[in-house]
Formats: sequence, C-alpha cells, structure tokens
Amino acid sequence: MSASAVISPASHAAPAAWPVPLSQTRTVARLHSITKRYGPTLALDNFSLELRAGEVVALLGPNGAGKTTAVRLLLGLIAPTAGTVRVLGRDPRDSDARTRIGAMLQIGRVPEMLRVGEHIDLFRAYYPSPLPTAEIIRAAKLEGLENKMFVKLSGGQKQRALFGLALCGNPDLIFLDEPTVGLDVESRRAMWDRIRALSAAGKTVLLTTHYLEEADSLASRVVVINKGRTVCEGTPAEIRNRVSGRRIRCITRLTGDFLLTLPTVSEIREDREAVVIFAEQPESVVRELLQRDPTLHGLEISAAALEDAFLALTSGHAAADVAS
Amino acid sequence: MATQSITLPAAQPAPIRYARILAKETLCEWRRMLRTKVFSLSVIGFPVMFYLLFGSANRGTSFARYLVAGYSCMGVVSACLFGIGMGIALERAQGWLELKQASPMPRAAYLVAKVMNCAAFSLLIVAALLILGITIGGATLTVAEALRLTAVILAGSIPFCAMALLIALLVPANAGPGIINLIYLPMSFASGFWMPITYLPHWLQKIAPALPTYHLAQLALAIFGFAQPGRALLHWEALAGFTLLMLGAAWLVFTRTEARA
Repeated sequence: MSASAVISPASHAAPAAWPVPLSQTRTVARLHSITKRYGPTLALDNFSLELRAGEVVALLGPNGAGKTTAVRLLLGLIAPTAGTVRVLGRDPRDSDARTRIGAMLQIGRVPEMLRVGEHIDLFRAYYPSPLPTAEIIRAAKLEGLENKMFVKLSGGQKQRALFGLALCGNPDLIFLDEPTVGLDVESRRAMWDRIRALSAAGKTVLLTTHYLEEADSLASRVVVINKGRTVCEGTPAEIRNRVSGRRIRCITRLTGDFLLTLPTVSEIREDREAVVIFAEQPESVVRELLQRDPTLHGLEISAAALEDAFLALTSGHAAADVAS
Repeated sequence: MATQSITLPAAQPAPIRYARILAKETLCEWRRMLRTKVFSLSVIGFPVMFYLLFGSANRGTSFARYLVAGYSCMGVVSACLFGIGMGIALERAQGWLELKQASPMPRAAYLVAKVMNCAAFSLLIVAALLILGITIGGATLTVAEALRLTAVILAGSIPFCAMALLIALLVPANAGPGIINLIYLPMSFASGFWMPITYLPHWLQKIAPALPTYHLAQLALAIFGFAQPGRALLHWEALAGFTLLMLGAAWLVFTRTEARA
C-alpha cells in the first residue's frame, strides 16, 4: 500500500513551525505521576507515560485498566486529580495544542443525518492548516462514501470515517482509542495498514487496545497497564519474553495453594477437571509434581501463547512479580 | 520540562477563520435538524396542525388572531427545548461532544450555532402561522403586527435556549423527550398558549406568573391586544431574570461536573 505517501509528513505541512528538527528522542507528550479518581474509583494510580516523536505506542490492558482515562487526560478532556499533563509543550486544554492533535475516540453514535463529506468539511474548518479533503478520503479509505449519511454506514465504515476525522488537521500527534474494537478480522487488518501508514509518515501515535496481537503488530513500544498502574513496558518482543514461561496442564490431587509454592510458578488456573500451571522452569515443577502425586495424569506442557502472556501480565500476583 | 514548545503557522486571520467555523457549524446543524424528521416535522408540524384544527374552527373570530400568537410561542419553546436540550443531551451521551471538544473547535461556536438554528426554526414557525392566520384563520393582521410578533418570538427564544442548556446538562439523554414534554406541555397550557388564561382554573392563573412561558405569551398576546393588564417591561424583566437564572445554574452544573470528571 502506498498510503505512506498519501499523508504528508508533519515537516512538509508547516516547515516554519518547527524550530527544532524532529528527532526520535523529543518528547511530544507526557503524563507525569498522574493520579485520577472518579469519586471512590481510582482510574489511574501514579501513572506516567511519555510519547517521543515518531513512535507508535500501544497502551495495552483489559477493560477498565485506565487506558481511555489516559487518552482523555492527554486530550485535555479531563483534569488529573494529581500530577501533570503536557502535550506539545503545552497544557492540553490550550486550544493551540489541539490544532496539532488528532483523536479517534470510542463514540456511541455520531450525528447520523450528516454526510461523511459534510463532517469532514466541518472538522477541516476547525484547523488552521488542514489536510486536503482528497487526502483524507484516500488515507481513511472513504472513496465513494462522501455522500453517504452517517446512519447508512457499516461498523467498519464508521470507524474509517472517525479515523478520517482524526486526520483532518494534519496532526503530528494522533490518539486512537480502541480503533479496531468491534471490527471483523478483515476490517481490523485494513485499519492496521492505515495506522502503519501514519507511522510511516512520521506521526506520533498512541493507540489503546486490549488485543495483544494488535499491540504486537503495530507498536514500536508497548505499555501494559492494569488497574491504573503500569505493569511493564518495552518493545513487543520484550513484552513477550517477559512471560517466557510455559504452561503445564495436568489432573492432580495437589491443592492450588501448594502448587503456587513450587519454584518459578507464576500463576495457576482451573480448567475443568484439570489445572493449568504457568512456570518459568517447567522441568523442575513437573519433577516435583510427579514425586508428590503418583496419581497425576493427563500431563501436557506447551509454550505460553501470546494471549496467556498478556493474561499473566495483567492478572493480580503476576503483575506484582513483573513490576518489581 | 523536556517537551518542546511550538509556534503555529499563521493561516487566515483569526476573526475570518472564526466566522467561517461558525458558518459551517451553523449550516451543519441546520442540515442535521432539518433531516432529523422526528424533530423538524414535530416542531413545525404541531403548531401548524393545531392551527389547522382550532384556527379554522374559529375562522374570522378574534380567537383566530389569538392562536397565531399563542401557537407561535408554543413553537419557539418546543424548538428551543427539543432542538438544544435534546441535541446537546444526545451528543453528550454518545461521546460526540467529547470528540468535538478534543478538536480546536471554539466552544462558543457550538452553542451559537445551536441557538441560531433555534432562531431559524422559530422564524419558520412564525411565518407559517402568520400565513395560516391570514388564509385559513381569516385573521386581519397588519405588517407591523407581524414584524412585532417575529421580534418578540426571536428575543423570547433566548430564555428557552438557556433553559434547554440546563436541561441538557441535567437530564440523561434517554429520558430527555419524556422530561422535556413533562416540562413543556403543562407550561404551555398554564401560560395561555392554547386558550386565554382567564378560562383556566383560578389556582392555575395564580401560578402562571411564575412561569417564563406566561411572560412570553403576554408579550406576544399584547401585540394583538389580548394581554392581561400590566406593563410589558415587567415581562421583559421576568424573562431576562429567568435567562440569567438558567445560565447561572447551567454554569454551576457544568463546572461541578467538570471538576468531578
């Protein structure tokens, strides 16, 4: 796909606007020691995040982990209970900062009786140097949908239209909050291509997702978040290696409490009549198991799947292990 | 702080850009409201239908003149409450407003566009009723009366836009239509939009001056000589006071929810 050429890089749009050349190490946005409470609920707990120019960061975590709260803070839609938020060197509530930012949020419904083209036209008007309409249409793959009412769009088309709106201002920094939620496999892959095109054009992207596969295939850096705290952070490969253990499945009389005391066991899970044990060194665990329980049967050992790694990272005690 | 400050490219001068945004926002809002048939048909349709029923039944009488003023008031109040109240409540609930707030859209443009559209719908309603009044109702109306009615209705839309804003902030979107009807229908009845207030039960007549709709009705009815005795200035003052009260309450609610957000 030649989409990388479709979106003009930030440096082309307004060369005079950047006194300092874009370098990979420049911080474009930062959450610093953020605590955010909604009444009694703690959404973010001393959470910090830094976005550097040109990188694609995936904020990965289960529902309710605090991902959307982080995005809303960076967009200046809410204020932190404690901590500081800076975006492009400004307070995100400053509308000047917003002219260089694009956002795709989880939206229940869009005003349905407007055409896609009318929405794009309106959003382009908000920005001082918007992307040409034709480029938005091409980059978001909205060809032929310009005159369609929003209400007539399919789920995938709606997401593309929202993606298009995020590009209207030719932003340098783009927030994508669960861009592929509710999409079928094909639309999801197509959205991934579009996000890759953004990063190829030199944009800084923060995307939130609860699909490990998505973070793995798009991000240059993954931040795993759960219950408002960073669980771990690194390249996708580093995250996977973090949980390099394997899963042992067997039917045994041994109790769960005992199994957890065995060396390198990070987590156990019930699976019908069997138990699934996650362990860094499965050999020593299996040796111990066989000695302690002569009736043990149905033994299987396999590599932890990506999904298991993620579950292990975000489940309670594993999180404590890894974070320490 | 390690983050870099940016200077922004100077595109168009700010006032021109601002006017363009406002024009586009207003146009989009107009299209949206007009295409939302539930809204456009009912807001224009109800006063028109009522006039076809009751105006024609009282053809040539002074009541045919009365109803032009009364139904105009009803039209403007429903256009404001449903247009702004439901409009904002829905866009808030569905997350759309948040996306707009995340963009550099000037916040005032959003509100002004909505108010201008309510004014436009009010104008349509008044125009329709004036035409129906002359044709179906057989009422004699002077140009001066028509212009004065239009002016009163336009000015009178402001307090109800303010009230709608407060409703949008307080009422959950799915309960919106029910609650707005619950506020608007009794107020219309008790303020003499549908029949002279002197025909209403005594206790209702006592309550009426506490309603903003009563003061709007009195101002509109005064044009045709149906008003209760009293000074017009009092009604303007009441409406201005009500507007300030609503805006103040809306501001209070807004800042409180923002602090909690």
